[in-house]
Amino acid sequence: MTMSNIWAILKKQLKDTLKNKTILIQFIMFPTLTLIMNNAIKINGMPENFFVTLFATMYVGMAPLTAMTAIIAEEKEKNTLRVLLLSNVKPYEYFSGVGIYVWVSCLIGAAVICAAGNYERNESIFFMLVMAIGILASLMIGAAIGTWSRTQMAATSITVPVMMILSFLPMLSIFNTSIAKIAKFFYSEQIHLMLNQINNLKIEFHSFCIVFLNMIVAAVLFHIAYRKCGLA
Amino acid sequence: MNDVISAENLCHSFADHHVLNHISFQIKESEIFGLLGPSGAGKTTLIKILTGQLLQNAGNARLFGKDSRNLTASEHSRIGIMMDHLGLYERLSAYDNLRFYADIYHTSHSSIPALLKEFGLYEARKIPVFQFSKGMKNRLSLARALLNHAGLLFLDEPTCGLDPVAAREIHTILKMQKEKGTTIFLTTHNMQEAECLCDNIALLSGGSMIECGSPADICKRHNHLNRLEITFTDGTEVSLENKSQSAPLLIHYLEHNLIASIHSTEPTLDDVFIELTGKGLDDNEQYMGNIKKTVKRYVKK
Repeated sequence: MTMSNIWAILKKQLKDTLKNKTILIQFIMFPTLTLIMNNAIKINGMPENFFVTLFATMYVGMAPLTAMTAIIAEEKEKNTLRVLLLSNVKPYEYFSGVGIYVWVSCLIGAAVICAAGNYERNESIFFMLVMAIGILASLMIGAAIGTWSRTQMAATSITVPVMMILSFLPMLSIFNTSIAKIAKFFYSEQIHLMLNQINNLKIEFHSFCIVFLNMIVAAVLFHIAYRKCGLA
Repeated sequence: MNDVISAENLCHSFADHHVLNHISFQIKESEIFGLLGPSGAGKTTLIKILTGQLLQNAGNARLFGKDSRNLTASEHSRIGIMMDHLGLYERLSAYDNLRFYADIYHTSHSSIPALLKEFGLYEARKIPVFQFSKGMKNRLSLARALLNHAGLLFLDEPTCGLDPVAAREIHTILKMQKEKGTTIFLTTHNMQEAECLCDNIALLSGGSMIECGSPADICKRHNHLNRLEITFTDGTEVSLENKSQSAPLLIHYLEHNLIASIHSTEPTLDDVFIELTGKGLDDNEQYMGNIKKTVKRYVKK
């Protein structure tokens, strides 16, 4: 693996994103919303950091997934990826470059959300660890959808329902126990539960297993998409 | 001189549709080789095979003496490719596009300003590429292909969709590259471009190579009439055999200032292509035929 290629892709992606409002908004929307809602809305009886954990979960289910999908699908559609691969960039270098970029960008957003929660030091570390795992799982699903899709339009048609399920199930499960029974098999719900029990500072074994299994499923889907569609 | 590219009996088909049938040719160092054919003739497929993007069904292709199926990073670093889709990052500036690829090619950024000046893009270096004209985008794509000082350039229809002035600018750049020793393999369906630019050409139709050689030789081979057509100043015309026996008469016409124009009956490449295939290069018939075949195949499935 050539680190210089990964670094070059990462730098290019940073420049490109600053001029791409569609991607940029994914990174800043939920952190901004969290800051606003957490400070603006105070209701008696509302759980502590309700908006922080809720928006953090939605952020995990939405931002990395849509950003990763959009970047890969756009590069495929506009043939920039084909030229890149012809210039001796390996597919894993490309995925690493884009993946690291989206992961780090999302972690910066997660740090803003974490700051809004006024957590203690250990809780903040735990919060960031859980977010890092959740973002990674979303990244893998995003990579699978982006690889599967030939165009941005095709990618959006898959991303939107997946993103809605992952982002909104944790919120809906608060109000409906039947939905909660289904939602617990999704990593986003487990991330939500972990963030809600941040005081314990521990990850339950079954939660870890569900998140891990979700990541394996995402990896398998990515493998199938890559074998079937390739990158160019 | 060594063969930079050699193809031997290359065959490729998509499902039951034969795209390339036993294609063979050699390209020497510092040569501009043009592959001509109508849309759907298999030109892009051939480039993809030669650059290792696609594996052929049969035959061999060699680049720098190495099988195109096993090209390493070392061979790739000696190749510059400009496909018909330009693959530029449109939100980035021309400079940033080249800088990114300089990082990928591990070459110094210091050569970028000179390259932009050479391609007439220096003044527009900070403008996002989506604001560029088609000609400017083509030039930038060509500059990117040359960024790694490639000894071999693959250009897929480099002047497609360009106005004559922009096309001529590209021609000038390509001739300069040839002078520097770069070998150029280009596809085009513009016969005039091939005639003025290429040392050797191959005519491709329906996946088969129907003619190969220098444009002049090909035209000479198909000059069946071999006559001179003379138009006199009074508007009358006469046709003479293009042989030494006609020389005294021709000298007589010249001495008496009777000639307005002289043309040989040597065919153009377009004429040769029509003679060999029964249709012109801009004829969409073959392309439409291929599309109909593909649609039929899918309907059957």
